[in-house]
Amino acid sequence: MIARLFSFHGGIKPDSHKNESSSLPIAAAPLPPRLTIPLRQSVRSVARCLVAPGQRVLKGERIGAGEGPLGTDVHASTSGTVVGLAPCAMAHASGLNTLAVIIEPDGKDEWIERRAFDHHAVPREAALRYLSTCGIVGMGGAGFPTHIKLGNGRGIETLIINGAECEPWITCDDRLMRERAAEILSGAAILHELIGARRTLVGIEDNKPEAIRAMREAATGFPGLVDIVAIPTRYPAGGEKQLIRVLTGIEIAHGKLGTEFGVQCFNVGTAQAVHRAIHHGEPLVSRVVTLTGNVRHPGNYEVLVGTPVETLLALAAPKPDTDRYLMGGPMMGITIADLSVPIGKTSNCIIAASPALFPPPPPELPCIRCGACARACPADLQPFELYWFSRAKNVGKAQEYHLFDCIECGSCAFVCPSHIPLVDYFRFSKSEIWARERELKTSDQARERFEFRNYRQEREKEEKAAKLAAKAAETRAKLTGSAAPTDAATGDDPKKALIAAALARAKQQAAAIEPRNTDTPHAGVPGASPGIASRREQPDLHDSDATS
Amino acid sequence: MIHSPYIRKPASVQSVMLAVLLALLPGVTAYVMQVAAVVVVNLLIATVTALVAEALILTLRKRPIAPALSDLSAVVTAWLVVLCFPPILPWWVTVLGVLIAIVAVKHLYGGLGQNPFNPAMVAYCAMIVAFPSLMSQWPPAGQIDFQTQLDLVLGGARQLDAITGATALDAMRTGLRTSGASVESVLQQSGTFGAVGGRGWEWLALGYLAGGLFMLARRIITWHMPVAFIATLAVVSGIFWLAEPAHFAPPLFHLASGGAMLAAFFIVTDPVSGATTPRGKLIFAAGIAVIAYLIRVFGAFPEGIAFAVLLMNLCVPLIDMKTQPAVFGHRGSRP
Ligand code: SF4
Ligand code: SF4
Repeated sequence: MIARLFSFHGGIKPDSHKNESSSLPIAAAPLPPRLTIPLRQSVRSVARCLVAPGQRVLKGERIGAGEGPLGTDVHASTSGTVVGLAPCAMAHASGLNTLAVIIEPDGKDEWIERRAFDHHAVPREAALRYLSTCGIVGMGGAGFPTHIKLGNGRGIETLIINGAECEPWITCDDRLMRERAAEILSGAAILHELIGARRTLVGIEDNKPEAIRAMREAATGFPGLVDIVAIPTRYPAGGEKQLIRVLTGIEIAHGKLGTEFGVQCFNVGTAQAVHRAIHHGEPLVSRVVTLTGNVRHPGNYEVLVGTPVETLLALAAPKPDTDRYLMGGPMMGITIADLSVPIGKTSNCIIAASPALFPPPPPELPCIRCGACARACPADLQPFELYWFSRAKNVGKAQEYHLFDCIECGSCAFVCPSHIPLVDYFRFSKSEIWARERELKTSDQARERFEFRNYRQEREKEEKAAKLAAKAAETRAKLTGSAAPTDAATGDDPKKALIAAALARAKQQAAAIEPRNTDTPHAGVPGASPGIASRREQPDLHDSDATS
Repeated sequence: MIHSPYIRKPASVQSVMLAVLLALLPGVTAYVMQVAAVVVVNLLIATVTALVAEALILTLRKRPIAPALSDLSAVVTAWLVVLCFPPILPWWVTVLGVLIAIVAVKHLYGGLGQNPFNPAMVAYCAMIVAFPSLMSQWPPAGQIDFQTQLDLVLGGARQLDAITGATALDAMRTGLRTSGASVESVLQQSGTFGAVGGRGWEWLALGYLAGGLFMLARRIITWHMPVAFIATLAVVSGIFWLAEPAHFAPPLFHLASGGAMLAAFFIVTDPVSGATTPRGKLIFAAGIAVIAYLIRVFGAFPEGIAFAVLLMNLCVPLIDMKTQPAVFGHRGSRP
């Protein structure tokens, strides 16, 4: 057993609202009339389409081939006919569009031939490749490909299975742990082996006693494999870095990966998907989704990837005063702009929102520097300072105060008595910085191009001069009767040297420009001098919008 | 569009300020029962002045009035002004003090949250410099009836020396300056002293302490400032007292006298003008305690907290900057 838990700074305790849906067993959602399966399933790569309209596909059949090292394959989530390829909106804050395969189910839900995969019989790399062909990505957060997170099989001491589920309302992982604990642990065992871990810990918030009990019971079937650890309920205990901190005491810095510290974290859903893939030969085509909020029938459903949110919503019967829908939890989730977005591998919860459940925030008041936000921040930031700098558009200073360590968990905005939408300010500042960086990059490229053109022109001029000189020399030689055989070659040499010099200079300049979007302020950022004083000097900042 | 988080704690500036006002009630009750019931009248005058001043200046600045008035921050400022002023001041001194706090300190710097100085302390310093004799009239506990107090406040005749006494700090200070006097002899001479501090005023100290504990429990303030202030005042006065017990009053006397407890929980902890980082709060409050002690014992005024607060307010930007806590993950791993 684990001797002790660690704690992270800050955190909050919002009302959990888990009771609405936690007692409802996972039910299979009915086949929707249409499935929209985006070819972008793991955030960083788009799969190459393998099917054409009119083609019949089986459940689990590959319809997209993952490209690049971060690519994972995409599969049909039921049997049916491909009826089209079309751009579709993704459930992403950016409202990005991506190409999707539209499938009309035939109602048979007919699987491809499924065969267990013996990961012991093949080299480790082959097992990882197999997981990527099964489309296994992280189901808790950003959907990062699992085969990448498994690393090189060395250096990971601790494997962590994340069953914390700290966001209010969401109960899909809770149900999964209660009902499919053995599958999760079987997946954990596979991950444990593939990652080369020495120990495996499962962290579950202690407001899910049934899940903890079920997992502990199941763990007896895997002697010595895992420790099921009940952790204190405090948002955002399920944040990867917070969970790692609580379970191991290790603090993963911003921009660093768990692997560098010998820990790696997977969601319980991912572990279960790994089990299904290895032992049943099933690619990842469905996931558990919680439907809750302002609905008559909340519940947890096994939903096919690609099911449009609107068809799913019918199951829950939203009440008439529902004014919008959230995907994810109320702390970090997004408002769904378009209800035709499909459920993806990371869509854990749909919440119907009403003004009564999620009232609009009261008007923003000036910051009274009460420090409540700093006390709540799990990243130990001083949100009111970041707010000040963001407001003043002093993004350099905001960066210096570790803006990029903000995980946008929303704890600060949750507690602020002045109702300042702090996270919005931080998102704004981050996007400002990214925009500037992009600008810098483009202008650098433009300058490089310009400089190279200058060099080329210069070079051409010199070449011309050299040619002329050579000709003159030739004529002279003809006249004097003695040829100069080396001249032809020298005409080439200065040219090459010039190009080399130009390229070297351009490279040097590129290297001199430091990346700005880093965790620590680089040397170019002016020292932490009169910064805070600036907040005193701008009394009229509030004129602009405090009145709204 | 509204972005995450979609839920908020039902906290508001108003609820924070209301909690502060509630926390002041035990102290105010002790004030009324032990020292001068007229303080209630002063609180009323100050509250009305603060709200009217706030409304007027917001109109001038073309800002919405209702949210600012209902956030109760002006009322808190007004009450703190009253509680650190002598209770039998003519009403217009109170009004003037509140106006300085609200108009000059709060609004001329940009309104709520923008003032670098503690409004009540600026008001106190301004008035003690402008009206030194009025500002040093403290009534001896339980010796003036309410009618007389009211007359004094609302413009009755002034019978200064007959009715005002010295505060415990003042008595101790002047007492010790007469040759041959020791702390012991001073304490025995005068009826100004109670068990540990000023007679009657000790109860106020207890009342403020109770209110402070309430705010700590409600997480309105953190422990850093009160603890650092009280501990530093105790340690510094303790050192002098241990070195020369005859000439320096004991720590408990310093803590129970003057505005020490009011300051520890309600003045030093003003979030707007104080330091904000955990370590910064400790430094800020400790600095105030040291300066206040030095002024009390060696300076020109019997009470030094107001000047100490303003001096430390000046240092806040520097303190905050130098005490930024390490950010998650920047401390190196500590397995
Ligand atoms: S919680 Fe809000 S009011 Fe308090 S310091 Fe933070 S931003 Fe300012
Ligand atoms: S959103 Fe960022 S600043 Fe706010 S509490 Fe979370 S990590 Fe801290």
